[in-house]
Amino acid sequence: MADEQHRQAGPAAAPTEPAGRGQAAGNQRRESPARDGMALGLAVGTSGLAFGAAAVSSGLSPAQACVLSLLTFTGASQFALAGAAASGGLAAGVAGAVLLGSRNTLYGLRLASLLQVRGPRRLLAAQGVIDETTAIALAQPTPAAARTGFRATFATLYLTWNLATLIGAVGAGKLGSPQSYGLDVVGPAAFLALIWPRLRAGRTERGVALLGAAIALAATPFLPPGVPVILAATAALAGALMAPAPEPGTGPAPDRAPGPAPR
Amino acid sequence: MTGLWAAILITSAGCYGLKLAGLTVPRRVLGIPRVRRFAELVPVALLAALVAVQAAGDGQALTFDPARLAGLGAAVIALLLRAPFLLVIVAAAATAAGLRALGVA
Repeated sequence: MADEQHRQAGPAAAPTEPAGRGQAAGNQRRESPARDGMALGLAVGTSGLAFGAAAVSSGLSPAQACVLSLLTFTGASQFALAGAAASGGLAAGVAGAVLLGSRNTLYGLRLASLLQVRGPRRLLAAQGVIDETTAIALAQPTPAAARTGFRATFATLYLTWNLATLIGAVGAGKLGSPQSYGLDVVGPAAFLALIWPRLRAGRTERGVALLGAAIALAATPFLPPGVPVILAATAALAGALMAPAPEPGTGPAPDRAPGPAPR
Repeated sequence: MTGLWAAILITSAGCYGLKLAGLTVPRRVLGIPRVRRFAELVPVALLAALVAVQAAGDGQALTFDPARLAGLGAAVIALLLRAPFLLVIVAAAATAAGLRALGVA
């Protein structure tokens, strides 16, 4: 809500303008980008344990789980590929995992003007463009603080996530049947937790989620594993066509940021 | 195994390319409201679909696994109580594992 007001307030569009102040909902502190970033990085990074365990129980080797965390470094896509490895629809799984990474493109669009990175530094920063780094960066009052927050979150989360993946993957290898430890529920529970804030954001989000789930379930008996999930993207298309206007108050979605031409 | 390695590397390359594209692409592309809205909603649709398929699917078959569904129910309760991410996962796995250990489901 504050974000909307901020956006419509006028000439808040220059690249040097402070990071979306109104998007700092729930974080009213002015200057703690490094501390906030490290705290979030540590907290979220430990869920790499869950990924490592889920990946190995899906048939990946610990080395494969670790390489996936090192190179892909975006949770939803990693869980999706591991799930596809378990079900056997690998080609569709790759497509789904990459499609799931597309929201990082949107984050990058918003972050570009804040980070102001060029050349090799841009190549490095790109790997850090994910949910958590974006959320921290956009919560900061100044571009300098946004850069500090981005770096702190990226560094902490990258180290923690990869270390936790290794521990989870090796630990899971010593376990018995994955199902007896409930590891088959880890994937869906993680996805649910990841979209939970979006589901709270608005009716359109909930409708799209329900439609997407229904489409995927209905298509499951008829299509190879992985394809029904891609087909569910049509639910997003329906949502966008039926309710094109973004609803306010949806949290730190970076693409809600001030644009060159406030609508 | 080779196929899995290839899948991992292709996924990594694709995901990295998408991240880099965001830092590189002109902002006007997402200035179109419906395009932007679609892009916002894509993760919601895909992740919800994954939740459904992994909760009630087994390959190309639909299945009813009470322990799995109970675990997912525990995750929902944890989320409603605003539990942190890791606790949500632990609650889900522990519920499913507990029910299976007891032979209930």
